[in-house]
Amino acid sequence: MPAFTTTSRGILFLLIVAGFFAAASTTQAHELTGFVGAETRLYPNSARYIGQEDHSVSLVFKPEYYHEFEGGSSFTFVPFYRLNSADQERTHFDIRELTFLWLQDDFELRLGVRKVFWGTTEFFHLVDIINQFDLVENIDFEDKLGQPMANISFSRDWGTLDLFWLPYFRERTFPGKGGRLRGATLIDGDQTEYESAAEEWHSDWAFRYSHFFGDWDVGISQFIGTNREPSLLDGTNSNGDAVKIPRYEQITQTSLDLSFVTGEWLWKGEALYRDGQGNENYYAWTGGFEYTFTRIWNSQMDLGVLGEWMYDTRQSKATNAFQNDLAGGLRLAFNNSASTEALFGWVQDIDSSTRLLFLETNHRFGDNLLLTAEFRAFINQPATDFFFESRDDEIMQIELAYYF
Amino acid sequence: MKSTVCILSIVIFFIVSPAMAETPEEKGLAIATEDDKRDNGFQDFTANMVMLLKNRQGEESSRNIRNKTLEVEGDGDKSLSIFDRPRDVKGTALLNFTHKVGTDDQWLYLPALKRVKRISSANKSGSFMGSEFAYEDVTSQEVEKYNYKWIRDEDYKGEKCFVFERYPVYKNSGYTRQVVWLDQKDYKILRIEFFDRKNSPLKTLTQTDFKQYLGKYWYPGNMYMENHQTGKSTLLTWSDYKFQTGLSDKNFNKNSLKRTR
Repeated sequence: MPAFTTTSRGILFLLIVAGFFAAASTTQAHELTGFVGAETRLYPNSARYIGQEDHSVSLVFKPEYYHEFEGGSSFTFVPFYRLNSADQERTHFDIRELTFLWLQDDFELRLGVRKVFWGTTEFFHLVDIINQFDLVENIDFEDKLGQPMANISFSRDWGTLDLFWLPYFRERTFPGKGGRLRGATLIDGDQTEYESAAEEWHSDWAFRYSHFFGDWDVGISQFIGTNREPSLLDGTNSNGDAVKIPRYEQITQTSLDLSFVTGEWLWKGEALYRDGQGNENYYAWTGGFEYTFTRIWNSQMDLGVLGEWMYDTRQSKATNAFQNDLAGGLRLAFNNSASTEALFGWVQDIDSSTRLLFLETNHRFGDNLLLTAEFRAFINQPATDFFFESRDDEIMQIELAYYF
Repeated sequence: MKSTVCILSIVIFFIVSPAMAETPEEKGLAIATEDDKRDNGFQDFTANMVMLLKNRQGEESSRNIRNKTLEVEGDGDKSLSIFDRPRDVKGTALLNFTHKVGTDDQWLYLPALKRVKRISSANKSGSFMGSEFAYEDVTSQEVEKYNYKWIRDEDYKGEKCFVFERYPVYKNSGYTRQVVWLDQKDYKILRIEFFDRKNSPLKTLTQTDFKQYLGKYWYPGNMYMENHQTGKSTLLTWSDYKFQTGLSDKNFNKNSLKRTR
């Protein structure tokens, strides 16, 4: 029976998408944009684990097809492919978006595979939960896998109300044997476990209210369903090697995100209460400020100063790196024709000497070439630290992409 | 009918008032008020803009931006600016609610993250997208944003102009004053000279290729901003103006920002 229901549900979903697509008449031109890029990752320190390499090269392709119908409804298709030399897990394909958006006067219905962002802070996206993270893409938790959904959104004078039905769950991606930025023990996605008997076909639900009141922007969200963050259990694979087995539990998460602007100051905060992950319900919050100095040194450059604090009531049992950390950053925008930008960040653990340093820069050549360079270093980890097993994985990443 | 009488009485007031020993400040304000009145009532428009940036060495780069503007009665306009080129920032969009007094409300949409971010608009003197135009130069111009002083009347490029100064009320403005050349027949701004916080000449804006829309509104096709201190310049070329396209508040909220392509 479960097999029948899951299959029929998938077919129903596709039929609805196809139906809307066929029903709408076209008015605007088909638009194809996107980018193709080459990337290299260099690790100054020698690999710690067997199978890892000290450098890798990679090709990435992400075209984007967009078509707008009469009345503003639209269809979007964004496939994604990365080919990687060192880690088979990082060679991956994904449908980032495959969306039909039906625009009505009173509501918007968005059907298909999409990406959704919730939150206000810069260093740690605490409340952002709709999409699964694509961790093999990058470890900054800003790359996400496409999430199948039906989302209806009502925008009124009193704010915006979003309802989400998420009929299918995406497993988190993890580096494989050849990949850096991983622990000593590999994560075995073939043995993934779920709390729900429906496994990845469990229907998740979410709703969100958001609005702005003068200088305040407020978002209140509720998520009920499969946790995007797995617990990692000890196990063995078919060869008898020790592995970590991801287990996805059923959780309920209530969250709030805020921003408040006053003069050059931008204040931000996110907080959540999560029930169902592990044995302990918990609260977590993050928040801070962003202040921008305009036209520094009498030039055209703007300098943003960022400060944020992250806290998790689970403390040492927290399942992320930010149980009690302070983060500071400097964002320099050159405001030149190449749109040169640099962001330097420092995340300092308050309870230990651990720190994470990073630098992200980008610079455009001509109209279509974008050079991006990133550097990340993990420093001074005690053996108990979240990143301890990645302590030799300082990384320099350079990407050159052609946008069309 | 009532509003016609009201407008008529204002017009009569301005026609009659010069006779009553008007001060240069009063005359300046009267000119700006009349200019604002002539601009009112367009309801909404959409237009495309090409921004050509040139540095001292003559190197050029360009940006393509689509613009949607909604007139708001009793307050500043709402506008949505969407980037088409360069391609790496395609879909980046800026939603701006201008207010007559105080700071504007601004949100930036970052398409790579699908993120809508509230941004501070306090620094109106900051560069608009790397150009020689500051935010305060491109957001909607409201009478209340300046104090005024009429200087003289003179012919400029063959048109009889008012020349007046305006002084930003906003304390974080990048300017001490602006000198404006406004033609007396159609109230087109032909030229603005900008003076920095030290009252040194900073930039000059020259507007040309005006066209009349809806038989009433004059909009420039070219806006050329030259920075005298850096030698850089920006040319904005406007095209495809469409008025009264039926835009409403619904096209200027966070959902529409996320929908933007």
